[in-house]
Amino acid sequence: MGRNPNTGTPLVEMRDISIAFGGIKAVNHVSVDLYAGEVVGLLGHNGAGKSTLIKCLSGAYQKDAGQIFINGQEVEINNPRDARKYNIETIYQTLALADNLDAASNLFLGREIVGPGGFVDDTAMEAETRKIMARLNPNFRKFNVPVSALSGGQRQSVAIARAVYFNAKILIMDEPTAALGPHETQMVAELIQELKSQGLGIFLIEHDIHAVMDLCDRAVVMKNGEKVGTVNVNEVTDEDILGMIILGKRPPQAY
Amino acid sequence: MAQQTTNLDPQAGALTRFLRATEIDTRLLGMVAALLLIWVGFHLYGVILNGKGAFLTPRNLWNITVQTASVGIMACGMTLVIITRNIDLSVGSLLGFSAMMMGMFQVEWYPQLVGLGHWSIVVLTILLGLAVGTAVGAFHGWLVAYRGIPAFIVTLGGLLVWRGAAFLLARGRTISPVDSNFALLGGGPYGSVGAFWSWVIGLAGCAAVLWLIWAGRRSRARHDFPQRPMWAEYFLAALGCGLCLGTTLLVNSYPWPKGIVDQYAQRHGITVPEEGLFISHGFALPVLILLVVAIVMTIIMNRTRFGRYVYAIGGNPDAALLAGINVKWMIVKIFALMGFLTGLSAVVASARLNSATNALGTLDELYVIAAAVIGGTSLAGGVGTIYGAVLGALVMQSLQSGMVLIGFDAAIQNIVVGAVLVLAVYVDTLYRKRVK
Ligand SMILES: Nc1ncnc2c1ncn2[C@@H]1O[C@H](COP(=O)(O)OP(=O)(O)O)[C@@H](O)[C@H]1O
Ligand SMILES: [Mg+2]
Repeated sequence: MGRNPNTGTPLVEMRDISIAFGGIKAVNHVSVDLYAGEVVGLLGHNGAGKSTLIKCLSGAYQKDAGQIFINGQEVEINNPRDARKYNIETIYQTLALADNLDAASNLFLGREIVGPGGFVDDTAMEAETRKIMARLNPNFRKFNVPVSALSGGQRQSVAIARAVYFNAKILIMDEPTAALGPHETQMVAELIQELKSQGLGIFLIEHDIHAVMDLCDRAVVMKNGEKVGTVNVNEVTDEDILGMIILGKRPPQAY
Repeated sequence: MAQQTTNLDPQAGALTRFLRATEIDTRLLGMVAALLLIWVGFHLYGVILNGKGAFLTPRNLWNITVQTASVGIMACGMTLVIITRNIDLSVGSLLGFSAMMMGMFQVEWYPQLVGLGHWSIVVLTILLGLAVGTAVGAFHGWLVAYRGIPAFIVTLGGLLVWRGAAFLLARGRTISPVDSNFALLGGGPYGSVGAFWSWVIGLAGCAAVLWLIWAGRRSRARHDFPQRPMWAEYFLAALGCGLCLGTTLLVNSYPWPKGIVDQYAQRHGITVPEEGLFISHGFALPVLILLVVAIVMTIIMNRTRFGRYVYAIGGNPDAALLAGINVKWMIVKIFALMGFLTGLSAVVASARLNSATNALGTLDELYVIAAAVIGGTSLAGGVGTIYGAVLGALVMQSLQSGMVLIGFDAAIQNIVVGAVLVLAVYVDTLYRKRVK
């Protein structure tokens, strides 16, 4: 029997979360936790309920039942603003960028830098954007065009920059590399490792089993809205995990 | 780092390089070209047929500026509505309703309390008109955002409801004349600011242009951003100041008619010389109201969070929601703002007519939507500017005035306006395809 290697208070604990759409139980009594400095993979087929589960944490959906704890304190997250208050940042599967705005406006959307008189300070925001992009994606040049003119990887780096800039403590990444080429995927992988070493807790939804084995400390597998089990990645093989995903079969190491 | 200038691709043609350096977009250029084409076209039509063009005269152009005000004010609000992927078909009727409320209030209700001509009439009347417009607009917005009824249906209903309500208020009577102070807001010789103040305004405009260019350079320098080449800055400064001073010159070269001059001279004990007295109209009050609205709305759209969220909602409503923006409340505010501007338009329109009639504002929704669309606001959402909407309103008014001038009747005018609206949307679709 495997068990959770972490001790102490988890950064995030989602306990017994349920949410249904019409008759469909998208998430059915699922509990997961996340500690600072670890990457927890969320795995499962399309429609398993992964995105729905993390949207309850990011404030995009409201859970029907269950509790959420941040650093041991129970919290109510009713909208994206609540989530941001707890330093939860999300990179959505759909990227959630306003295509008609430039990188800086997207990065600061909802949290604009305002100067005297309450006017947004575009130059200051662009300067900050240039700084953070120099770190995340040094080749990024397109600061003054709408993000619709950017490539998939460039758009992704804007979405990631948004999470990093605002000092996320809890980072949710929903299939961050789905639209990326191999080089950009590698870039995201390195970034995940860097953020992890800085002590962030990261929920990573990812289909590529090798990326999961490389990047994640633990993996939670979901099927049809229910949790199959959690494993410590270094205690299992990729076949074990695939068995959980496809057949819903728990290996002995799962807990 | 030394100051660098904007990267200019040496391969690009002269025009492309010029546009890039000055940051003038091609759409704006197209709009100005269309406007000039209309102006010159109508003028030449007169020259050829009557031996004398009547379009490019101070009198006609001054009148066009005044007539543009009402539609232009509403087009500023419609831009926000369309950017956020909605539509407001009720503005013409709401203008009529608001004007009728103000008419009844200032002619039939309130003077019974304070007497005709009391100073407070104009103030309370305007406040009432603005309040009615804002409240109705907010109600429309609430139905759209919180009750999930498509804006098209809500405001199509509003088109009938408010026109009907305006009729019921006065049982179809025409309410006139309005309070004499109120009437000044419609323009006319006494409702214009005269030569001196027009020059003050024109020069203030120049100062603002120069300050904007200077402040832009300073702010880019502070962050080591690329600057526009100096010649482009000089060009933009010259263009901006030229526009301000040229417009001032134009409105100042249209004199008061003789009758008004004689009346004015008599009242002020001035003897009118043999060759007559040249008293300039200058900017009309409705035009100044439009200018203030356009400037304030431009600042709101470009420099405030509210404006940023309007664009964000139009670009991707889901992303806006996930970024923590209260999208529903924004929609209510946008419709309320549209209603406020419609109320303001009602002030201008009924003051200009010196009465409130049941037909006031009929078909304005078409002109307003056309103005916004011609001005580059995309029905797909996310794109549009205030200056574009005002220019669009000027285009629509120029078309209409030109057609009146050459004697087209209302039926032909309607056909042309309808066709132009469809054409503008078609051009927008083509333009967007090409840009992609
Ligand atoms: N907003 C919604 N309305 C209705 N059904 C939804 C909604 N969001 C998710 N679902 C349903 O919930 C289930 C889980 O979806 P999702 O969480 O997106 O799966 P995953 O991310 O694991 O692929 C699916 O059956 C999906 O159709
Ligand atoms: Mg998903």
